[in-house]
Amino acid sequence: MRLYVDQTVLLTLAGVFALLLVASVVVWRVKRARPGGGVAEVERRVKSWWILAAVFAVALVLSRRIALTFFCVISFLAFKEYLSLIPTRRADRRVLFWAYMAIPIQYLWIGYKWYGMFIIWIPVYAFLFLPLRMVLIGETKGFLQAAGTIHWGLMSTVFAVSHVAFLLVLPEHGHAPGGGPALVLYLVLLTEFNDVAQYLSGKTLGQHHAVPTVSPNKTLEGLLGGLVATLVLAWLLAPLLTPLSRWEAPAAGLIIGLSGFVGDVVMSALKRDLAVKDSGSLIPGHGGILDRLDSLTYTAPLFFHFIRYTHF
Amino acid sequence: MSRLLRFVFFQFLVRPLVLIVLGLNVRHRERLPSTGPAILAANHNSHLDTLVLMTLFPWRQLRTVRPTAASDYFLRNTLIAWFARHIIGIIPIDRSGRTPREEVLIGATRALEHGDIVIVFPEGTRGEPERLDRFKSGLYHLCAANPRVPVVPIFLHGLGKALPRGEALLVPFFCDVFVGEAVGCGNTKEEFMHRFTERMTHLAAEGHFPPWE
Repeated sequence: MRLYVDQTVLLTLAGVFALLLVASVVVWRVKRARPGGGVAEVERRVKSWWILAAVFAVALVLSRRIALTFFCVISFLAFKEYLSLIPTRRADRRVLFWAYMAIPIQYLWIGYKWYGMFIIWIPVYAFLFLPLRMVLIGETKGFLQAAGTIHWGLMSTVFAVSHVAFLLVLPEHGHAPGGGPALVLYLVLLTEFNDVAQYLSGKTLGQHHAVPTVSPNKTLEGLLGGLVATLVLAWLLAPLLTPLSRWEAPAAGLIIGLSGFVGDVVMSALKRDLAVKDSGSLIPGHGGILDRLDSLTYTAPLFFHFIRYTHF
Repeated sequence: MSRLLRFVFFQFLVRPLVLIVLGLNVRHRERLPSTGPAILAANHNSHLDTLVLMTLFPWRQLRTVRPTAASDYFLRNTLIAWFARHIIGIIPIDRSGRTPREEVLIGATRALEHGDIVIVFPEGTRGEPERLDRFKSGLYHLCAANPRVPVVPIFLHGLGKALPRGEALLVPFFCDVFVGEAVGCGNTKEEFMHRFTERMTHLAAEGHFPPWE
């Protein structure tokens, strides 16, 4: 069977699973040394990482169509979780139905490699149509809040996330042997690695709160520690997976590290406003799908436009 | 034949619909009865309620799960009646008040004696979406007729948003299913209804639900 991805992608994925293996062994040893030492949460989290990484790897390597469908489903689940979390109006049931319909169409444009439509479908057509549908229903009480929240949800869970998928259909590039899947892997791996690195360095070195009123767990030390680790990994992986030059790679790492942090705290602010701890319960140890996707809603569009501007 | 149709309907239509299009957040799944006889008593907002409660059980157990349903609604024409009886497997309940009380519940009692898991909606109707109505005492009478059978309260949220009464268009939302601890029949009707209502209110308070006006 011929896989759709290059060897470098498989090699990197193997590296990811090797890292997970190390994490599992560490957790197992800590658990054996200190039974009942409160590692259950970390253990659950690592177990979920295995499943997430496996599903992502399978979706990425088989075919472009499967990969696009996978990201479409991710957007659907994230948007559904968002709508289940926020206050919505009974009157808007039909509006929400049309908002859902925008998701497969957005991914269809990606399948057709139609960049011009992909980039305006949500912020122009969907955003002009949905208020019209609301007006036809005629409920004006809470109109602005309803329109605003639906737009925000579509923007972050569908428009932003679909930028990951558009990396798959960027034109072939002489200096990027792995093509689109390699870019997707580079972006997603660095984003998630940055999350974990910020979490770990915050736990071990954390002293000064970065945004105390939004998230008490975020520290400046965590942010900096994660940033340095992500910068190094971005530089190491760039020649393997991307056409980025020696100078562009750290810039990509910086973009992903900083904006990943912002995406994380923006979602934290949303959850705090709604007085919930997790956005859902789909992923044991992590929370909901938005809890895992939060950083990516910022890193994906920013990394995409950085690499598109510099190389495509 | 209807067993095959039932298999296709539940495994290929209902389960993907409930698990992927909707998505469930089940709390305290371990409180579900592993075998019958048992009564599952839930609040009622949507036709989906029955389907969601049935998908909580694996296929080989599904044939013992029997939802009670209003005969004036589900037996109103031949096609719906056939579907309700043979595919869903309902126990028809006469809500008109013309049948004596002992006979109204006879179908459900027979099923319980047979070791089935019977689903009841003690509010008696789907009512206003996402509002708890007063629970009717039919539940107590069913329990009193079968005093050894546990009554498991189940609180459902979100299905009234996904498919409320009077709507045919399904809009996806994650739905919550909170399973409560079983309630015994107790001595009096008032005591039982009070305890059941209290347990449902507690279950409802476990969740954090955004307003839906």
